[in-house]
Amino acid sequence: MPEPASTTNASIHCERPGSGVLLIRLGGDWLLAGSRPATAALLTELAGREAPARIEFDTQALGHWDTGLMIFLSAVRRAAESRNAALDTTGLPDGARKLLDLAFAVPERAGARRTRSADSLVVRIGKATQQMLDHARELLAFLGELTQSFGRLLRGRAVFDRADLMKFFYQAGAQALGIVSLISFLIGVIFAFVGAYQMEQFGAGIYVANLVAVAMVREMAAIMTGIIMAGRTGAAFAAQLGTMKVNEETDALRVLGLDPMDFLVLPRAIALIIMMPLLTLYADLLGIAGGLVAALAMLDISFVQYLEQTFGAVQLLDLFGGLFKSLVYGTLVTVAGCQQGMACGNSAQAVGEATTRAVVMGILLIVISASVLTVIYTVLNI
Amino acid sequence: MAAGETGQAQIAVRNMSMAYGDFVIQQDLNFEVRRGDIFVIMGGSGCGKSTLLRHLVGLKAPVRGDVFYDGASFWQGSDAERDLMKRHFGVLFQSGALWSSMTLAENIGVPLRQYTQLGEAEIRAVAAWKLALVGLTGFEDYYPGEISGGMKKRVGLARAMAMDPDILFFDEPSAGLDPVSARLLDDLILELRDTLQTTIVMVTHELASIMAIGTNSVFLDTETKTQLATGNPRELRDHCPDDRVREFLWRGVEPASLTGA
Repeated sequence: MPEPASTTNASIHCERPGSGVLLIRLGGDWLLAGSRPATAALLTELAGREAPARIEFDTQALGHWDTGLMIFLSAVRRAAESRNAALDTTGLPDGARKLLDLAFAVPERAGARRTRSADSLVVRIGKATQQMLDHARELLAFLGELTQSFGRLLRGRAVFDRADLMKFFYQAGAQALGIVSLISFLIGVIFAFVGAYQMEQFGAGIYVANLVAVAMVREMAAIMTGIIMAGRTGAAFAAQLGTMKVNEETDALRVLGLDPMDFLVLPRAIALIIMMPLLTLYADLLGIAGGLVAALAMLDISFVQYLEQTFGAVQLLDLFGGLFKSLVYGTLVTVAGCQQGMACGNSAQAVGEATTRAVVMGILLIVISASVLTVIYTVLNI
Repeated sequence: MAAGETGQAQIAVRNMSMAYGDFVIQQDLNFEVRRGDIFVIMGGSGCGKSTLLRHLVGLKAPVRGDVFYDGASFWQGSDAERDLMKRHFGVLFQSGALWSSMTLAENIGVPLRQYTQLGEAEIRAVAAWKLALVGLTGFEDYYPGEISGGMKKRVGLARAMAMDPDILFFDEPSAGLDPVSARLLDDLILELRDTLQTTIVMVTHELASIMAIGTNSVFLDTETKTQLATGNPRELRDHCPDDRVREFLWRGVEPASLTGA
């Protein structure tokens, strides 16, 4: 697009034709893209003690202008208003005068402007602690609401869409098989690899089967599946629910008398909590298969030997202990994902934050509860 | 502001057809927008008004035909050439489309920071000035999530105006605004046109606004999938030979004196 053919440099001259009167002569092109004279000194003077009582303009030499001129004029007008000086705008171009009037037509809303104050370190630590306590309280409250919702489900009073539930079973189950397979198989391979290398030195290579089987069945399968589901499904829940909140979809449910807790959260919770033990069982098998492959490649063990050793190593109680853990992790991932989604703020930014927090909190809760459960299992001798 | 040659259309749409995949939205569109026009894209719901706007601002390529800005082809050129032309545009999206991770001042500062040599203080001054123009003095440090829908829309306008564009595109500017705010927006649009010679292209249903400020228009039809008329909306209302256009512009009830019955 064509630009103005010739531009002249913007200029500004101030005169004091009478006492208390300031005449500002503007010349040249005042364009945002071009260079403009420094006006800071003049503006300080206008707001200072020696301020003129009346400000006039002469713009006969003014060429092209745009926002570059307007930001100067609005600063002059603000300065004049702060000193109660009269501003005579008749010397300005028509357009500039109208724009100026338009911009000052709506007075600044009282209390709208914000002053940014930097908190001291102590205050910030205090605020962060308070926030953490608030989050913990919200999480507990959510857990309570979810429990009530399950209560309604048992009494057959919870209203939600069965087709929705099937969709979540698919999302949290079948669709997760690929990543769960890959990770648990490789975990099995890594365990067997590390174990074989160490145990072979003592001639105890066959115990690789015990190591892999016990580790996978009791701990690793449940933890890895939990972390995968926190990153995959927990994050998806938080993003879905958060976006629904931004779009007022949850409000639309409330207006219809449908509880978003029952309609949105409950089917997700059912799907994930049921699917987690199933996925973990699957991860157990894949992990053992990974260990088998690595052991066969590295050690002088036969297929049947390895399997027999494995069956001897794992008790039924180990298996159920691991599956119970996965049930707990599934619940925690659901709670973290759905709670963050439902508590999400009102913007794209907030959805991102909610999703991040859902994953971080999910993983954190899994690791904490894993430690606690391990201690309990040890005490109970499971 | 660019001083365009007179007599040549600032925007010329030639034989343009728009489609999503196999689904044709509109075909054989031909109209011109002159410098300083307040150009209205009209038509029933779902006729492709917003889609047409997306073609004009470079978000979607036409399947046939082209758009010319000051005689230069918009869609024949490279992406880089198109980006250069787009710097003269300002676009106001339906609900503001503000970036929620930035304050209002930062939102307005984005194009200035990218495409001008201005310092931080000046960028802030421009942002404050543009916010003042839309009646939001003092809201520089708010986040989009903290203000109302109508305010977001006004900030969207402030951002669209950040670079003093030659052409401002509006998608339903007055939707969601109260009548008084809508009227103030009309005044602002007129002011921008008169003082900065900004050309305005807008999609709107608001008949009061169309009649009050529109100087030129195109009317799209869903059934025939093409334009039925183009011209000044007031003249189209009174003299357009096509019944459908007159009916739309009279809100479905044409005064008997004009139907010739």
